[in-house]
Amino acid sequence: MDLDPVLLARIQFAFTVIFHIIFPSFTIGLSAYIATLGVMWLRSDDERYHRLMRFWTKIFAVSFAMGVVSGIVLSYQFGTNWSRFSVVAGNVVGPLIGYEVLTAFFLEATFLGILLFGFNRVPPWLYVLSAAIVATGTAMSAFWILSANSWMQTPTGHEVRYGVAFPVDWVRIVFNPSFPYRFAHMLNAAYLTTGFVVLAVGARYLLAGKHVEDAKVMMRMGIGLMAILAPLQLFIGDQHGLNTLKHQPIKVAAMEGHWDGSKPADFHIFAWPDEKAERNWFEISIPRGSSLILTHSWDGLVPGLKSVPPDQRPPLLNVFFGFRIMLAVGFYMIAAALFGVYLWWRDRLFDTDWYLRILSVTWWTGFVAVIAGWVVTESGRQPWLVHGILRTADAISPVPATSLLGTLALFVVCYGIVFSVGIYYINRLINKGPEGRALEEPEGFPNRPLTGAEDAARDAIGQRG
Amino acid sequence: MEWYLPVIWAALIGTAVAMYVILDGFDLGIGVLFPFARNEMQRDQMMRSVAPFWDGNETWLVLGGGGLLVAFPIAYAVIMPAMYLPVIVMLLALVFRGVAFEFRVVAHSKHWWNFAFTFGSVLATFAQGVILGGLIQGIKVQDGHFAGGHFDWATPFAFLCGAALVAGYALLGATWLIMKTEGEVAVRARSQAKILLLVVLVFMAAVSLYTPLAFERIAQRWFSLPNFYFLWPVPLLTAILAFALWRWLDQRRDVLPFVATIGLFFLGYLGLVISSYPYLVPPSLTIWDTAAVPASQIFMLIGTVFLLPIILGYVIFIYWLFRGKVKEGESYH
Repeated sequence: MDLDPVLLARIQFAFTVIFHIIFPSFTIGLSAYIATLGVMWLRSDDERYHRLMRFWTKIFAVSFAMGVVSGIVLSYQFGTNWSRFSVVAGNVVGPLIGYEVLTAFFLEATFLGILLFGFNRVPPWLYVLSAAIVATGTAMSAFWILSANSWMQTPTGHEVRYGVAFPVDWVRIVFNPSFPYRFAHMLNAAYLTTGFVVLAVGARYLLAGKHVEDAKVMMRMGIGLMAILAPLQLFIGDQHGLNTLKHQPIKVAAMEGHWDGSKPADFHIFAWPDEKAERNWFEISIPRGSSLILTHSWDGLVPGLKSVPPDQRPPLLNVFFGFRIMLAVGFYMIAAALFGVYLWWRDRLFDTDWYLRILSVTWWTGFVAVIAGWVVTESGRQPWLVHGILRTADAISPVPATSLLGTLALFVVCYGIVFSVGIYYINRLINKGPEGRALEEPEGFPNRPLTGAEDAARDAIGQRG
Repeated sequence: MEWYLPVIWAALIGTAVAMYVILDGFDLGIGVLFPFARNEMQRDQMMRSVAPFWDGNETWLVLGGGGLLVAFPIAYAVIMPAMYLPVIVMLLALVFRGVAFEFRVVAHSKHWWNFAFTFGSVLATFAQGVILGGLIQGIKVQDGHFAGGHFDWATPFAFLCGAALVAGYALLGATWLIMKTEGEVAVRARSQAKILLLVVLVFMAAVSLYTPLAFERIAQRWFSLPNFYFLWPVPLLTAILAFALWRWLDQRRDVLPFVATIGLFFLGYLGLVISSYPYLVPPSLTIWDTAAVPASQIFMLIGTVFLLPIILGYVIFIYWLFRGKVKEGESYH
């Protein structure tokens, strides 16, 4: 059997990175939500906020652990799978990742300890501050990693000597042209992703008629925020797209399935792009739609895929369909959020069952949009690993295909187990709800002698940890 | 500048790795000792003693790997493919034992996650030892690229290092439990620590004898004159510290055994550094051969100089916050 190491290394990296991004998309938003709940609790002294804060923190702990361990894998896979990448781009990308570790990872990991175990050991303000620090840490982490990724898409501030990128201007490297858009787009995506999970949980409780007061808080906060952020995402995404058109026009051509740059571009609602025949099949299109969106003119021209030879085009199907999936989810989110506002205004938000039912089963939408969006931007960068500097095929490590295949299988099995079990446990935590266990166990407070009542409670619930 | 920047960075990464070994060492060691607990209450207690810290501890591993990429990208590009399988195995093992912390709390049956925690901890530790051994014995490099076979790392010596590290982390874990727990867990840890100390000393002796015999460059480093005059205190201090550790275990001291174990690790580490310096990838690539350009090293150094003290500050704060002993039956969340 003839195994292509580049393809295997790509599949493996795609698998681990897609698995990883699920968790940051959720924990970036969730940490911000937990911090917000904490601040509202401090300000209002309303127990509901505190209860919700504790509830979501438990779910956060499980998700964050999965995010951490899958992230550590990535920081080593740059070397195990793409060792030439660190030689060619290490001088530039390395420090960005280094700053991520120093400014974000330690911050998150350490203050998470206080958030999870410190409730009885620190004053409430420090407890809430720790939540805010964790949220800041996750956002800061996104800042650096998106800066590094954006530099790979739109490299600036460096010069290439002997095939190796040397840093020249750090400000231009960190704030490279696509970075502000990508950062805003991803951060907002993370908040949307979490928002729809919170809404789903709230809707689920309302439908089941349990934890109703808590559910109403979640619904109000969720709808209010989503109604602003979902339309905002459309605007950010549009700006991001225009930026991509400027710097990576072929990626945009692939997103639009646009072949011939001499004609105005239609927007294809559906099509099957055929790389061999260099055309689309089964087109359902809005004539000149893409030209209108991308150039804001009816007759505007954008570069087509045929303007570059086939070996410089990205894999079309990933990019084309990834883009459509992301758009579909985005429009669903806008519709769901705005309709929620309408129901809220009519005072029907908490008893429109069909609407709640839809919300309760669409918790996954944000994750799908995030993954689809990343597939678009990462596949769309191909055949380059670092745009214009290093081709993916040239970055491969000297590792035999059989090793890659073996470890890929290991990753699939291990991640499969961890992921399914993790989702199962999160689901169970959600089922239990904000009240949590029948008897709230005392927070760990090793210096405090256990009271008799607590001992009895512990006996009653057996040996649960 | 060209000369001393890589030295500064080697020292920084060396410190990060040392921090990792000691900090994650004790919580991996808890995993190694996990099967010896008598019941779930004791396992809860053991886990509780490291739960607020493990995540931060593991971050030092990211700093070590990330730091290597930042400061010595060429070494990173050689070591990772050369150690491909042990690195991947270590990462997957860390996945399982990492999620076990959280999953164990919410699981109905803790059985599987107890197993995952132990198995993951032992395997990750073993793989780290193998990587260390593989690095000491040398990596074949041509034109700055890894040029060896994919199982070059798999030697008896590397496996010896793997086993040695399992014992070493278990000793760190046992002395941590003596310091941080009370009741039966602490009592058992004290007797475990004594056995483990003997095992660790045997391994240390084996590595110290084998490496100069097998590798000419290491024999040169230690036994040529005048090096020998400066270096003989290293094994002597190790012997003194080991003896003190044994005494402190007998005298029922709580904190000193852990401190002495850190000391032992430090001396062992120092010995390995002495054996290999200035090679980052023995026997061919020095820290200067593999360094990133000064512009990158300086940019990162500025941030590190400001941020590392802050990080150390809040790491110390959290250890202080969760000071004191964890009792039996102490809950996790």
